[in-house]
Amino acid sequence: MTNTAKPIIQIQNVSKRFGKVTAVDNVSLDINAGEFFVLLGPSGCGKTTLLRMIAGFELPTEGRILIDGQDMAGIPPNKRPVNMVFQSYAVFPHMSVTDNVAYGLKIAGVKGGEIKDRVAEALDLVKLGGFGERMPDQMSGGQRQRVALARSLVMRPKVLLLDEPLSALDAKLRAQMQFELSDLQEKVGITFVTVTHDQDEALSMACRIGVINKGEVAQLATPSDLYEYPSNRFVADFVGSVNIFEGKLTLDEPDKAAVDCPGVGKIYLNHGVTGPHGADVWIALRPEKIYLHVPGEGKAVKAAAQDAPDGYNFARGKIKGMSYLGDITLFEIELESGARIRVSRPNLSRHDQEDFTWDDKVSMHWRADSPVVLLG
Amino acid sequence: MAVFARKPIAPLEYSRTLWTRLWVGAVMIFLYAPLVVLMIFSFNDSKRNVVWRGFTTKYYEKALGNDQLVEALINSLTIAALATLASLVLGTLAAVLLWRFRFPWKGAIDGTISLPIIVPEICLGVAFLMFFAAVGWPNDLIWPFNLGAITIAHITFCFPFVTMVVRSRLASFNREQEEAAKDLGASEGQVFRDVLIPHIKPALVAGALLSFTLSLDDFVITYFTSGPDTITFPVKVYSMVRFSVTPEVNAASTLLIILTVILTFIALKAQGVKAIAETH
Repeated sequence: MTNTAKPIIQIQNVSKRFGKVTAVDNVSLDINAGEFFVLLGPSGCGKTTLLRMIAGFELPTEGRILIDGQDMAGIPPNKRPVNMVFQSYAVFPHMSVTDNVAYGLKIAGVKGGEIKDRVAEALDLVKLGGFGERMPDQMSGGQRQRVALARSLVMRPKVLLLDEPLSALDAKLRAQMQFELSDLQEKVGITFVTVTHDQDEALSMACRIGVINKGEVAQLATPSDLYEYPSNRFVADFVGSVNIFEGKLTLDEPDKAAVDCPGVGKIYLNHGVTGPHGADVWIALRPEKIYLHVPGEGKAVKAAAQDAPDGYNFARGKIKGMSYLGDITLFEIELESGARIRVSRPNLSRHDQEDFTWDDKVSMHWRADSPVVLLG
Repeated sequence: MAVFARKPIAPLEYSRTLWTRLWVGAVMIFLYAPLVVLMIFSFNDSKRNVVWRGFTTKYYEKALGNDQLVEALINSLTIAALATLASLVLGTLAAVLLWRFRFPWKGAIDGTISLPIIVPEICLGVAFLMFFAAVGWPNDLIWPFNLGAITIAHITFCFPFVTMVVRSRLASFNREQEEAAKDLGASEGQVFRDVLIPHIKPALVAGALLSFTLSLDDFVITYFTSGPDTITFPVKVYSMVRFSVTPEVNAASTLLIILTVILTFIALKAQGVKAIAETH
């Protein structure tokens, strides 16, 4: 992926208020040319408003938006070098597929012959070659989405904006389209900015993700950084599944740290966290990073001792809930203190799900590089 | 036995039960019998037109030879066409205005725009009579300008119907289509022409049909607004009936019915009845 790190979209201190409601609150972020950028957040967090401000359908109350270095203030949507794929696709129902795709070119005054070539090229790109004569009501939802995609791509925009592009598709098709969109983006080299509330979608497609919460950017990171190094509780909880414990920082040195979490145990990390000593912190621990051991806790203790001092990164409990999901099994384990913790376990062999059952006493350990310390 | 067994009636196959059939038949007779009688008696070879005395088409010749009647028919058609065109433009603009924009007094305008539909025709008629007298509307203009007063009055009660049907159609418009067109570079005018008009097309056809027929058969308001020399078809028929119901009136009415049916058929065909039924 060519990451020239040249910002194509610069959002500078942008706020948007609808009456008393602040939809977007002083957001600043740069989107680089050629990247697949995803705005991720729960519904009503302001991500769609942000996208609509880039397209020009909403005007910022404060701040400014630059596209390719040019201030977009006062430039209406029909004059901006961006195109949008709408959540409802908004394919024109009274036009054939070809007419839909050709519409923007006709408006722009492109000549007939060139329109024909470019429409054919765009339809091939989205794998709709030969569908040109169809009417939208003769097509499936997935096909209509491709028409919307072709209709935007044919304009060769600097940035393609996609508003919840996959939300209306069924699960199988959604997974397939995730790959196709990524492929397409690499092929055409246009910057894609997508809005979604679906974290799987964001993780699988994005070069970078901006997590939005209550109108503010909660974290800006690559998918793996976002998952493995969330910077606050909101991100840790929103992206993926996580156990969060409250604790106090008892040790903080450049190469190690320890957190005392009442009710859970003592947690040891093989890196420093540079937080104030004795501070209230939170520990985020992903369910898949906790190892479950069959009765007899010797193994767990031994495993935990490999990279942590005695008594750290180890817990005991009882299985209170199990759900078998095929590829993994999810366990809900009640610790002796009554605290509950979620653990997932891959079913590496066909009989793995038989290893445990309800009310089994189990012990757990995790590695010293697994917990994440969150200060906020 | 099986040979005589009828296919059982499926749960929703109401049209196969005897009672439904009888009921539907009764409704049909109730609705159409008078029209059929009217048409049949237009061929009656009798001056009085109460008893059937034999077949003839001479009253059609007579009707078509009646210059006043033909003039009235032409007047009516002209007024209906003009009123329909004006109502379409006005009604559509009013509908778009009320759907799209927010402005002071919107509620009041929204409420009063359909007033001409609600107000009794006789009141409208009297109001127009007084209005045109007050402004000193000239009634000695040459054709077709002498139809101005009637046409204006017809537009007044026709365009709210257009507004109503267009507005209900606009309610189902996906605003994202408008944004998509703009996003692709279209101006407001191009959005209107390329996206909005095609969407409301079925409503425009329905509105035009409504306007045309309403205008064509309006009697009360026309009676009050027509000048001494401008006569429309319904008014003329009324004055003919006052002397006696001759088959000539029947013949003229039959011609009018056929004409409206043909026009409706053409309009629906041009538009695609399917489109009207399906797009909603």
